[in-house]
Amino acid sequence: MKTIQRIGLFTFLGGFAAFLCLLTVGQYTLTDNILKTNLKAEHYAVLQPSLKNMVGKTYTDQFSFVADFNAPINALNDGYRAKQEWSKVIYDKYAFAVAKASSGGFAWSWWFLVSFGLAVVGALTYILPTTRWLPGIKNNGVFREAATSRGWVGISVGVFLVLFYVVLYFSPEYITNWVLLVDPISKALSGNAATQWFLYGFLYCLCVVIMGIRMLIKYRHSPYQMLRTGSVMFFQLAIAFILPELLLRFNLPYFDFKNMWPLDYDFFFDYNLNTLLASGKIGIFMLGWGIALFVVGVPIMTYFFGKRWYCSWVCGCGGLAETLGDPFRQLSNKTLKVWKIERYLIHFVLAFAVIMTSLVLYTYFTGRSSVLFLDSYSVRSWYGFYVGAIFSGVVGTGFYPVMGNRVWCRFGCPLAAYLGLVQKYQSRFRITTNGGQCISCGNCSTYCEMGIDVRAYAQRGQDIVRSSCVGCGVCSSVCPRGVLNLENADPKSRVLLAPNYPLGHSAVKL
Amino acid sequence: MAKSIVIIGNGISGITTARHIRKLDDTCRITVISGETPHFFSRTALMYVYMGHLKFEHTKPYEDWFWAKNRIDLVQGWVTEFDFNQQKIAVNGQSNSVIEYDTLVLALGSKPNFYDWPGQDLRGVQGLYSKQDLDTMERDTAGVTHGVIVGGGLIGIEMAEMLRSRGIGVTFLVRESSFWNNVLPAQESVLINEHIAQHHVDLRLGSELSEILPGQNGRVGAVVTKDGETIDCQFVGLTVGVSPNVSVFKNQNNTLLGTLEIDRGILVDAFLQTNQPHVYAVGDCVQHRMPPPGRRAVEQIWYTGRIMGETLAQTLCGKPTAYQPGVFFNSAKFFDIEYQTYGDLPAQLPAGCATFYWDKPGKNTAVRINYDQASGAVLGMNAFGIRQRHEVWDGWIAQKKTIQHVLQHLPEANFDPEFFKQHEGEIIGQFNAQTGSRLAVKSKKGLARMFS
Ligand SMILES: Cc1cc2nc3c(=O)[nH]c(=O)nc-3n(C[C@H](O)[C@H](O)[C@H](O)COP(=O)(O)OP(=O)(O)OC[C@H]3O[C@@H](n4cnc5c(N)ncnc54)[C@H](O)[C@@H]3O)c2cc1C
Ligand code: SF4
Repeated sequence: MKTIQRIGLFTFLGGFAAFLCLLTVGQYTLTDNILKTNLKAEHYAVLQPSLKNMVGKTYTDQFSFVADFNAPINALNDGYRAKQEWSKVIYDKYAFAVAKASSGGFAWSWWFLVSFGLAVVGALTYILPTTRWLPGIKNNGVFREAATSRGWVGISVGVFLVLFYVVLYFSPEYITNWVLLVDPISKALSGNAATQWFLYGFLYCLCVVIMGIRMLIKYRHSPYQMLRTGSVMFFQLAIAFILPELLLRFNLPYFDFKNMWPLDYDFFFDYNLNTLLASGKIGIFMLGWGIALFVVGVPIMTYFFGKRWYCSWVCGCGGLAETLGDPFRQLSNKTLKVWKIERYLIHFVLAFAVIMTSLVLYTYFTGRSSVLFLDSYSVRSWYGFYVGAIFSGVVGTGFYPVMGNRVWCRFGCPLAAYLGLVQKYQSRFRITTNGGQCISCGNCSTYCEMGIDVRAYAQRGQDIVRSSCVGCGVCSSVCPRGVLNLENADPKSRVLLAPNYPLGHSAVKL
Repeated sequence: MAKSIVIIGNGISGITTARHIRKLDDTCRITVISGETPHFFSRTALMYVYMGHLKFEHTKPYEDWFWAKNRIDLVQGWVTEFDFNQQKIAVNGQSNSVIEYDTLVLALGSKPNFYDWPGQDLRGVQGLYSKQDLDTMERDTAGVTHGVIVGGGLIGIEMAEMLRSRGIGVTFLVRESSFWNNVLPAQESVLINEHIAQHHVDLRLGSELSEILPGQNGRVGAVVTKDGETIDCQFVGLTVGVSPNVSVFKNQNNTLLGTLEIDRGILVDAFLQTNQPHVYAVGDCVQHRMPPPGRRAVEQIWYTGRIMGETLAQTLCGKPTAYQPGVFFNSAKFFDIEYQTYGDLPAQLPAGCATFYWDKPGKNTAVRINYDQASGAVLGMNAFGIRQRHEVWDGWIAQKKTIQHVLQHLPEANFDPEFFKQHEGEIIGQFNAQTGSRLAVKSKKGLARMFS
């Protein structure tokens, strides 16, 4: 079994290496046609003379290609800025589209097979043999492995993820080969060429599915965990990835029916509203659905089931955290100090999201962009940069192997903050603790991805009612004494104050 | 000056005493002295550290700042001198100091039994009780391929699981004819035997240790059983029970002024007081002079330690309270099988008592309920692979509910997570078939039902 797993691991690494190597192969040749189709006419006119030399020249790496392509644009912009001709400055980011169109010369199907094929086969070869372990909690070696205890493997994975997100958000022109790799899939689904976001969605689904299979095997003794994992796999694959692409194919707006404001922070941005409003009845329906989800859906569903109905059953970020991120859940910090930081930070982001959206809507309806001392366009681009890209992506996922798998959900997600307020003050949900049975072993706290010190409640016989709890149920699964249970009942029956003594004394109450 | 309460031992019983005193009395001085570790940790979690589920720091139920914040002074060191007449003790360790007390609480815990087997001092032979034991086990099992565990109790099976988690082969010598059958009735015991074997442990029932043979470099090389069989191994876990840790009072080198009455453990009355004024004892080290009805004089489990601590704190804070544990409860995990027990359920069925047993073959799931033959009142239950709600069973047993009532309302006690398969219908069906009754399940699983 160990040997099979080792073969799987090396096969996976081979596929991963091929995936990385792909960025170094192929060639880039710019044609006049590419410039014409990708550049705005006025930009084509001013740039064509200086890009003339590049046309027809074959580059063997994307770095020099991108450098040569960007140089004249930067030079031109510098000139405009010097002359204070602000309106002429070129803000469009052409490099990605142009580099992608200019790239060619590698055998698509072969690379697809070698990179994704080997990686998937290898990963499954690593994962499937674990079915031979008897069902039950098997966290053996979690704190002894370099991957899951902030060792060199974990740190390397973290560094890779951070770099990946930085390039994806800020310099996608360097990963055009990866995007080309999934082009045929995108064309098959929506009919359009792939963007870096399609690539991201594809990789995301791949991780959720493969690591979801791992999760299904790991928790095959727990129907709760299996259903929940199946649910996030379904919502990510079908609702978040495939359905929106198919909508495009039928000339309908790209729409993720399970995404929700304020997590989906650009829902009220002018371009989204305009697209929806211009798409007839279905567009209006989508608009109504998106609003109903957070106005009606959140309070009702959270009242009955707690925020888990979304965070650990439906949400895409949650889906990744519960599958790809599961091996890192024990790395979240459980101290009181960090809990304090968490509360400040997440409610700050919620306030930021609300203010940003209000400004955006104000601008949308009045056409005026400045309110008091704030400019709605700047506020929304700050939000997009600091929260949308840096916090939720680079830090949120890149730091999985260092700070646990729910960094974003715990410290940053404004929707989680909103769901959490409902869960804390208006919900039937709680985690019940079983009388006096707790032995304070600490498994529950350690494996809580949200950093809740579950044991602190369990050992005093107090219910766990915390706004951050996403209801993943892992505390209940890992508890060796059957102490914890996720339950819904009359909110008044929640044990909010610890009893003086946990159950154990005879009828004479101390 | 504020009253000074000194507690020796920072395990669950000593620490519970300290915490509850602080809750009830804001002014007294509380000092906790302990030799093993600077801070309280959960002894029951030691196995998870070895298996890599946890790091040692995760076993500490309170963050390190907690103690200063609650003005509980911690001293790390061993107490070796007691002067009960002058109310003083001396700590030998980093701080060689004499500490005076107004009240002294002994919470010394247990120590593993060793029966003077030849070879028990070889390297690689040990029990498992303390943090130091964990550290030696970590050190002495590195590179080991086979270990022998002696003694079929809860710590023995934990040690077997620990070794298996690192792929180390295990031979498990159990003196009894079936695992833990002095506590578990035969059917449950067999269920666990089979599960142990599923985990590739070589379980030897009815087998006793005779001697331990040296290997190389002062390490263990093999064990010999009473049947004369030699089993090669590089590690031996001795887990033949624990005894109250009263060695400090028996060590000739230690000074003892005034006497402390000790039998197997430190003898205490109903208020947990020893024969010395101002000296009390709680937890594993205690032997009750008059144990509560139906309970043993020495009951070394986590929960009783905690309950004693809670009780003693009341007494020390001006509300004299007798030790009155409620309906007995306990729990354990045998590899993958969770076990909970409530009330009184001895291995041998007492006279006048009836029993009902249900299990799901191959699923490691079983329930046993004992009840009074005459009145039908339930007396105790064992659950394997099904979680049960403590509060519900506590109520049923305390209120002497009948077996019929209990079976009809069994789903109320179901504490399994959502979507788990429920067995109550099958259980009651089997009871009907066996007794000719026609009971039907009357309630549903879930918290809501408890309040209606
Ligand atoms: C591996 C293992 C698993 C267990 N699992 C379970 C379980 O699942 N469920 C359950 O109910 N029970 C379990 N137990 C039993 C349970 O842990 C004990 O009953 C409980 O910890 C006893 O607590 P205590 O406070 O009485 O003593 P202890 O926890 O032993 O604390 C006593 C402390 O006092 C210190 N001390 C002693 N003498 C001196 C001295 N002279 N000077 C200074 N310090 C001193 C000791 O070093 C020790 O740190 C388990 C025990 C072990 C070893
Ligand atoms: S895992 Fe269970 S027994 Fe351990 S501390 Fe948490 S609730 Fe208590």
